[in-house]
Amino acid sequence: MRKLLLATTAVALTAGIASAEDIKIGVILGFTGPIESLTPPMAQGAELAMAEVSDSGALLGGSTVTSVRGDSTCIDSGAATAVAERQITSDGVKGIMGADCSGVTGAILSNVALANGMVMISPSATSPGLSTAEDNGLFFRTAPSDARQGVVMTEVLMENGIQEVAVTYTNNDYGKGLADSFQAAFEAAGGTVTINAAHEDGKADYSAEIGALAAAGGERLVVAGYVDQGGSGIVRAALDSGAFDTFHFPDGMISATLVNNFGSEIDGSTGQVPGTNSAGAGLFASMSSDAGFDGTAPFVAESYDAAALIMLAMQSAGSSDPTVYKDHVMDVANAPGLKIAPGQLGLALKAVAAGIDVDYDGASAVELIGPGESAGNYRQVKFEGGAEVTVKYR
Amino acid sequence: MIDILNAMVVLSNYVLIPAIAYGSQLALGALGVTLIYGILRFSNFAHGDTMAFGAMVTILFTWLFQSWGITLGFLPTALLGIPFGIIATAALLLATDKLVYQFYRRQKADPVILVIVSMGVMFVMNGLVRFIIGPNDQRFSDGERFIISAREFKTLTGLKEGLAFKTTQGITIVTAIILVLVLFWFLNRTRTGKSMRAFSDNEDLALLSGINPDKVVMVTWIIVAGLAATAGALYGLDKSFKPFIFLQLLLPIFASAIVGGLGNPIGAIAGGFVIAFSEVLITYPLKKVLKYLMPEQLEPSGLVQLLSTDYKFAVSFTILIIVLLFRPTGLFKGKSV
Repeated sequence: MRKLLLATTAVALTAGIASAEDIKIGVILGFTGPIESLTPPMAQGAELAMAEVSDSGALLGGSTVTSVRGDSTCIDSGAATAVAERQITSDGVKGIMGADCSGVTGAILSNVALANGMVMISPSATSPGLSTAEDNGLFFRTAPSDARQGVVMTEVLMENGIQEVAVTYTNNDYGKGLADSFQAAFEAAGGTVTINAAHEDGKADYSAEIGALAAAGGERLVVAGYVDQGGSGIVRAALDSGAFDTFHFPDGMISATLVNNFGSEIDGSTGQVPGTNSAGAGLFASMSSDAGFDGTAPFVAESYDAAALIMLAMQSAGSSDPTVYKDHVMDVANAPGLKIAPGQLGLALKAVAAGIDVDYDGASAVELIGPGESAGNYRQVKFEGGAEVTVKYR
Repeated sequence: MIDILNAMVVLSNYVLIPAIAYGSQLALGALGVTLIYGILRFSNFAHGDTMAFGAMVTILFTWLFQSWGITLGFLPTALLGIPFGIIATAALLLATDKLVYQFYRRQKADPVILVIVSMGVMFVMNGLVRFIIGPNDQRFSDGERFIISAREFKTLTGLKEGLAFKTTQGITIVTAIILVLVLFWFLNRTRTGKSMRAFSDNEDLALLSGINPDKVVMVTWIIVAGLAATAGALYGLDKSFKPFIFLQLLLPIFASAIVGGLGNPIGAIAGGFVIAFSEVLITYPLKKVLKYLMPEQLEPSGLVQLLSTDYKFAVSFTILIIVLLFRPTGLFKGKSV
């Protein structure tokens, strides 16, 4: 009898240990490359969510979560797929928070994630093309599609009384997708796009591009580029030659670097970046500043939410197997259910374990629509006296 | 009349001034390439990164001077740093020659081997620059940004179109002219210069007449260091400094040197301007210019652009191929490639 008791307790103990695992989640972002100034706080945002979950001890019987960082380079699809492949086969990650830029995200999705049945939640890939990409229900994004950003940009410009613009975009999936969706929306609203021309990143000299843009003319120049790359070069050349005085900046350009580079020279310009003034955003901002990074920087809140959604879906499915929990991502992200704010991940995990439905709002007011992408909230900004000022939220 | 003036201003602002400045930078780079080809007899692929190294040292000294509070008033402080950049680059090139090229020269290695060797040197220099200053953009310009800015020009002349002339563009053009004059004086009037030309024309004959080959090689490297460091620093000052950009600059520089005729200094300068002007002019939409010149009914509705700016690089290489097909020795008589 005593032996039997001992044996059963021993079995129970080992069973308990076996179910609590160390779950690895890949964080694949462009730590080098054209948006390298944006990515460090994004990774910290995702890791903040993981630390919160690990500390709560509520995930899948006390599992802990560790992050495995990988460099997507933002532009080199070969390097990005190699990183994802390595994370899945050798590090054994159970989900990927990433990637960041649309081109590499599409490459990882079609070449690695589909083949391995891996769930990817991107915080910042915004190309409209990803809405229709084949994903077997494995791909989600906490960032809105640029089809929506094009509409928001049009509204901002129209409200400022701008009817005629020139557009230049960085020659990749993100830039082209955004420029085309903006042109369609702007022309539908009665505006004129005088020219829609590409620029290559990583050049020193943009005088030829500016010559073409200036010849076409327009009240304002829309720069759908990257702030650490050609985008800043275009703005510099436009200001130097006196071709354009004011600009409109979509999400890839809004960063502290922009203000550092140009200061009051871009006064009167406008822009927008995904963001929300929900209670969750404010809460997350104070959480992140306690943790020592800037939670209001672009895509940081989205990164936290992407990581949180992966872990909540695991809890809801009762498994860290991506082919199982992929069907639970939409459930935990959307209504109905208990509203979850950032910092309440432990509570949410316990609620899910107890069988209560949750509706994760998080730091960026997450609501996944259609093929698993954010409905889209934007922060409209303008530049005044050498500083970036928030106008309102859309 | 006003319309013609406006058209000229537009053309100068977007085509002439940028192309002349860019052409001067290419010409200085191509002169270095062409000197090495003419005297040392190989295509030096490390030239772009030599420029990056010179620019980097210039930047480091510029920062030092700025931190000491030494400036040049309305001129950029970087001008003070350039001599130090030249000295450091000369030291680097002479050391590279001692360690690497000398070995192959003694062996009488084929030019193609030297080309591959120079690629190895290129990667080492590339790594060195990134190791010291990092791969990012560096800003080091100060002083007045403009000799005349677009807005000032408009209020000054009352014309509708603005003309911007940056200080760095002015400095680039002036420096390029001075350097070229000094170089030609040196090559044509001094004893060392003449011995370099003799060495370039016929090595055996030059050796027989008692020219010291080691001295010729050393002087060549020092001149190349001067040209490369100055060109690199001016390019960084006018545009921006980023190690990767100098690697990309290598292609138009070689195109300039080959179009002009490899080994021919005058050709290098002409080639630099041909490449710069064709890149800017062929991709420039003439709409704004024609708007002023044509009567209103004939005003173009399209952009009147020959090629989209996406094809900028293709232009220089098309010219390169055409020149090589019909005049393998380049526009000015150089050596055939």
